[in-house]
Amino acid sequence: MSKRTFRIWRGDNKGGEFKTYEATVDQGMVVLDVLHRIQADEANDLALRWNCKAGKCGSCSMEINGKPKLSCMTRMNSFGPDETITVQPLKTFPVIKDLVCDVSWNYQQNKRIKPFSPPKPRPEKGYVMYQEDVDRVQEFRKCIECYLCQDTCHVIRDRDEKATFVGPRFMIRLASLEMHPVDTEDRIPEIRKEFGSGMCNITRCCTEVCPEHINITDNGIIPLKERVVDRYYDPVAIIGRKLFGIRKRS
Amino acid sequence: MALDASEIQTINHDVLVIGAGGAGLRAAIECSAQKLSTGVISKSLLGKAHTVMAEGGMAAALGNVDSRDNWKIHFRDTMRGGKFLNVWRMAELHAKQAPERVRELEEWGAVFDRTKEGLISQRNFGGHRYPRLAHVGDRTGLELIRSLQDHGVHQGIDFHMECTALELLKDGDRIAGVLGYWRETGRFVVFKCKAAILATGGGGKAWKITSNSWEYTGDGLAMAYEAGAELMDMEFTQFHPTGMVWPPSVRGTLVTEGVRGDGGILKNSKGERFMFNYIPPKFAAETADTVEEAERWLKGDKNARRPPELLTRDEVARSITAEVKAGRGSPHGGVFLDIASRVPADVIKRKLPSMYHQFKELAEVDITAEPMEVGPTCHYFMGGVRVDADSQMSTVPGLFAAGECGAGLHGANRLGGNSLSDLIVFGKLAGTGAADYIRGLTKTPEAPNDHILAGVRRATEPLRRDSGTNPYVLHDKLTETMQSNVGIVRIKAELEKALEDLAALNKEADSVKAPGASQYNPGWHEAISIRSLLLTAEMVTRGALMREESRGAHTRLDHPGESEEWVQYNVISKKGANGMEVEKRKRPDPPALLKEIAHAKIEDLESGKVGGDA
Repeated sequence: MSKRTFRIWRGDNKGGEFKTYEATVDQGMVVLDVLHRIQADEANDLALRWNCKAGKCGSCSMEINGKPKLSCMTRMNSFGPDETITVQPLKTFPVIKDLVCDVSWNYQQNKRIKPFSPPKPRPEKGYVMYQEDVDRVQEFRKCIECYLCQDTCHVIRDRDEKATFVGPRFMIRLASLEMHPVDTEDRIPEIRKEFGSGMCNITRCCTEVCPEHINITDNGIIPLKERVVDRYYDPVAIIGRKLFGIRKRS
Repeated sequence: MALDASEIQTINHDVLVIGAGGAGLRAAIECSAQKLSTGVISKSLLGKAHTVMAEGGMAAALGNVDSRDNWKIHFRDTMRGGKFLNVWRMAELHAKQAPERVRELEEWGAVFDRTKEGLISQRNFGGHRYPRLAHVGDRTGLELIRSLQDHGVHQGIDFHMECTALELLKDGDRIAGVLGYWRETGRFVVFKCKAAILATGGGGKAWKITSNSWEYTGDGLAMAYEAGAELMDMEFTQFHPTGMVWPPSVRGTLVTEGVRGDGGILKNSKGERFMFNYIPPKFAAETADTVEEAERWLKGDKNARRPPELLTRDEVARSITAEVKAGRGSPHGGVFLDIASRVPADVIKRKLPSMYHQFKELAEVDITAEPMEVGPTCHYFMGGVRVDADSQMSTVPGLFAAGECGAGLHGANRLGGNSLSDLIVFGKLAGTGAADYIRGLTKTPEAPNDHILAGVRRATEPLRRDSGTNPYVLHDKLTETMQSNVGIVRIKAELEKALEDLAALNKEADSVKAPGASQYNPGWHEAISIRSLLLTAEMVTRGALMREESRGAHTRLDHPGESEEWVQYNVISKKGANGMEVEKRKRPDPPALLKEIAHAKIEDLESGKVGGDA
C-alpha cells in the first residue's frame, strides 16, 4: 500500500485542466483500478470508459504519461515509486468529457469498407478453409478496436489527415478481408484512393502500441501497399490483367 | 422543474433492441431482414458488450470433430447440465438450430479455428459429451460480436451508442416505446416503437466477486419487472468455478473453461487432483474414475470417459469451495489450475493466448511454467424474463427477451459454450417473433406522456438533491451483502438477512446523490443503475428463499439434494399491488419424445435405439 499522485485531465470540449489527486494504491493494481478508486472516493463524476478490465474489449484507452495505453493493462508497478502519473484522453479525437473522447469517426470508416462477400450458396458443411490459410486473417481479427493505433498514427494525429487516410485499424480490417481465403470482393482501388494506403510511411508506431501485439505494419499495411503497387504500377501485371482478366490475388 | 414531453427528443422505429451484445445484434439483424425499421441502443460503444469477454466457444452439434454428435446428444447434455429444469422446447430449439446459426456466422465473416479437413474446429468443454465448441483460440466472443457488428452495420440498422434505457413505455398492456438517455449529454430520448427486444444480460454486478463488467446491472430484468412481465428461475446464478483470485484488483476475472477442456487439471494445496472425490452419482457412468482413464481420454481414446475436471460448472464450483473450506486451498484462497505441467508451452500460447496474456500482465504469472490460482466468480444468470419458447415474447405483449436476460434454456445450470449459441439462436427467434407480433397489430400503440415525464423525474432525482449517499458506497454495500448471504451455498437465515439488508439499501437508494452535471457523469449513471441492481438482487434472494432444495447452481445447506417435488416447479417473480410477488408455479409436462431422449442411455442414443428418427 502506498500513496501515489495522479494528474488527471478534467474538462470538456470547451477546455479543461489537469487536476491532482492522491490515491492509495494496493498490490497488483492497474491504472484503471486507481482511477476507479478516485472516482468512487472523491470524483464521482470523473468520466472514463471501461468494460472488461482484462484487455479484451478495448474501451479504456487513454494516454498515460504521454503514451497511448489500455489503463486496465497498465500496472502501477511499471512506474517508479515516486513517479507522478499523468492521465489524459486520446489526443487524436475530440474530447467529450475528462478521459472520454468522441471516437465515432472510426465507426464511420468501418462502414465505408465493403463487407465480406463469400461465394454463395454456402456449402452445406460450411466453407472449407485451412488453418494455415486463416492464420494471418486471425491475427488481424484479434483487434479489439481500442484505437490506440489510430491515436498514435502521426498521419491522423499530427497532420489531421482523417479525410485521406483511414488509419492503421482499418488498414488491417481491409487486410483481413483482402486476405480472407474465400472473400470475392475487390477493395484494392479504394485502398489506394479513398483509404489512402500511400499515406502510411511505415514508422511502425501503430505496431508498437498495439495491446494485442498485431504486426499491423509488416503483416497488414505493407502487403496491402504491395498489392496496390502490383495493380497500378507493375507493367507486367497490368498486361496480364488485360489479357487474362485476373482481378485479385489470393 | 416544469417539464414538457414534447421537448424530449423522439426517435421512431418499428422495433427497438436494447443491448448490443450477441443476442441484441443477432435480433437486430433478423428484424432488419424482416423489413422492420430497427434501432439498437447500447450503454457502451458498439462492439464492447459483455459478449466480447466470452472465451471458450459456442456449442453446436456440427459433428466436425466427432461425427457421433447430433442435436439429440446436445439436447440431452443441456438438460442434464440444467438438472432437468430447462424449458424443454427451448433446449430442443437450441440444439437443433445452433449448427445453422454458427455456419451462418462464417458467411458473415467469422473465422473460426479449423479442423485438418478445413471445417470449423470444435473443442471439449464441461458437460458436453463430444468436442462441440466452435472457437477462435480463447477469444470466441470477440469473433462473434465483431462478425455480427461488421455484418450488422450494412443491414440498415440504426445504432444508437452510449444510450441507456430507463423505462419501458406501454399503451394499456402493450409496449409502445422506451425512455432512455444519452450518456454523452445526459439528455433524454423517447424511442417510439411497436416492439422492444431486451438483450441486456444479467446482473452479476450485485456480487463482489464477479466476472461481469459495469454494464451488468440487471437493467432489462428490472425494466421488465416494472412493466409487469413475469421473471423466472431468478435463484439460479452461476458461479463460474475458475475466476482469478490474485491480485485483489482482478479477483473474479474469468479464466476460461477451455483451460480444462484442453487438458488443465485442478489441484489442492497437497497436490491432489481432488475432482475425483466429487463425482456425483448422476454423472458417474460417464466420468473417468481414475487418473489413468482421464489421461487416456485426453490423448483421444474414444473409449475412455471424460475427466472429472470437465463436470458441469455447478459441480466444479462447489468442489472448489469445499476444498478451500477444508483448508486445502491455495495461498490466496483458491485452488490450483495447472496446464503448465501437461501441455507444451507453445501449444498453450497458441490455444489460450489471451489467458497467457492476462496472467502474465495482470498477475505476473507465466501459465506455461506455473499453475494458476483460481476460485469461483459470479458469472451468469440462468433465470430472467419468462418468454414463449418459439417467439421469445414475454408476458407483456410486444416485449421480447433474448440471451442471458431471458430464462428457460439453461434450467438450473448452464453448460459452458451454450451461452454464445443461445445468443444467436434466440436472438434470431426474438427478431422473427417481434416481426410476427408487429404484423398482427391493428393500430400503433402510443406512449403516454405522463409516464415519460415520471420517468424523467425519477432519473434526475439523484442530480437534483443537495446531498445524500454516495452511489458507489451504496453499490459496495449491496455487493457485500449478496456475496456473503446469497453466494454459492445458501441458507435460510442468511437469505433472510439479505432481504433485510436489501430493504435498508432500497431506503438508502431514495436519498442517493450524484454530484456534478448530467453530461457523461458516471456517478449519476451508477445512481440510476443501482435501482435495477437492487430489484434484481431481491428477485434472486426471494427465489432462493422459496426454492427449498439444492439443484444446479442453487445450493441450500438447509435443503440438501434435489427434490422430486421441486423439479416440477418454477419460481416466478413479478410486480404485484403490494410489491414483489414470488410464486411457485407448476411446469407443464414435457413431450414424450424429448423426455425419452433426455433420459436415454448415451449408448442407446448413439446407436439410434432411442430417438432414431427424430
